[in-house]
Amino acid sequence: MAVNLFYFLVFPGLLFSAVVGALLSWFDRKITARVQFRKGPPLLQPFYDFFKLLLVKETILPKQGSPVVFLLAPVFAVFGATTAAVLILLPLLNISSGFRGDLIVIFYLLTIPSFSYVIGSLASGNPLAAVGGSREMKLILSYESTFLLVIAGVIIKASQYFDLNSIITIQHNSRPFIESVSGVILFIVAIFCIQAKLGLVPFDMAEAETEITEGTFIEYSGAPYALIKLTKYIMLFILPAFLTALLLNGFVLKGIGILWAALKILGIVLLLTLIRNTNPRLKIKQAVSFFLVWMNLLAILAIVLAYFGY
Amino acid sequence: MGFKSFCFKKSLWVFHFGGASCNNCDIEILDCLTPRYDLERFGILLVGSIRHADVLLVNGSINMRDRDRLIEIYNQAPKPILVVAIGACGCTGGIFAEGNTFAGPVDKIIPVDAYIPGCPPKPEAIIAGLVKLVNSSNPFKRDK
Ligand code: SF4
Repeated sequence: MAVNLFYFLVFPGLLFSAVVGALLSWFDRKITARVQFRKGPPLLQPFYDFFKLLLVKETILPKQGSPVVFLLAPVFAVFGATTAAVLILLPLLNISSGFRGDLIVIFYLLTIPSFSYVIGSLASGNPLAAVGGSREMKLILSYESTFLLVIAGVIIKASQYFDLNSIITIQHNSRPFIESVSGVILFIVAIFCIQAKLGLVPFDMAEAETEITEGTFIEYSGAPYALIKLTKYIMLFILPAFLTALLLNGFVLKGIGILWAALKILGIVLLLTLIRNTNPRLKIKQAVSFFLVWMNLLAILAIVLAYFGY
Repeated sequence: MGFKSFCFKKSLWVFHFGGASCNNCDIEILDCLTPRYDLERFGILLVGSIRHADVLLVNGSINMRDRDRLIEIYNQAPKPILVVAIGACGCTGGIFAEGNTFAGPVDKIIPVDAYIPGCPPKPEAIIAGLVKLVNSSNPFKRDK
């Protein structure tokens, strides 16, 4: 029991993934600044933001709508993200526990934050939040099927093993899945899915701060908004980590392997940041057809290739 | 100067309220976020929703119609909130002070923490004003 709590709250759960995620979010902002020839924020900026929101700012509850659901939604988001972090990182860091990393459980846990955002935004009673919430919902509907296809492709490549542990072991024993045609295609599709899951720029129509003024999060202030920020930090760490486990050989945590593990995560975050800095925001209609038609086609192509062993 | 106010000063998120301005001040404010001046160095971000804001920048002359909006926005902001009046219009009324729809400089309507005069103030002046505000002994005494 105590060890499970430790897994959940400290390592590799809440504390660890939040700190790493916050540092990654600084990395993301710094790269963005460098791309625009700016200097960028100091290293601890994400921590200042988080503690300011948590400790200093007042929390305002919506007059219309449902305050309880409004306050609970960020809590659910943090719990979903943390649980997913634990279940992804335990197999990835090779800590043996009862759980072997069932992909379907992880898949469902990873959707909880986005769903909580939708619930929270609809509970706030703000029309712009409702617009944001409906966009987020459409976005979830479109990218989740693609993400599921990516996972299916990985399962086929891993000779139908369903758990993260075996997938990582198979890659260790032969070669990383990305070193094949279908692996590369799956990686590309997965990157776009992660971009949409994180709500980064081509797919940030649910927040769209210049258009519907932060949409989903418009009514959040103070501590609940701090929890949303926390969820975002955690997601920014565990989604690249999940992708590393699925396609990039996981982590080998000894000697030079630690450096490689860090470089893999940083590389994926760098890719996400560069995509977000070189693209304009899509309309929700374009995003839906992008995923439902093009990305699904690519993913199915990859699955067929994987089936024939390419 | 505890941990709380340290974090607050390190991460000021700015919401921009443009009154009936001639649009010059708005442009100078946006200038502060460009590569040349880059306010994100100090953790200052422009946010889209007043609920996330720590600083309310008000520029332009406030006329009768703007006044109610300004009060509304101020009341919707989560406290502590700092208010900065930018430009001659925001500080005193400037060239619009005698106009018949003019509803008074910003500090007649809501409490103001810092004034940055100029028509329009240079981005350097705006940054200097914000830094002075951040370094002033207690930026959120009004709420204590
Ligand atoms: S202070 Fe000057 S530049 Fe600024 S809005 Fe007023 S008239 Fe325009």
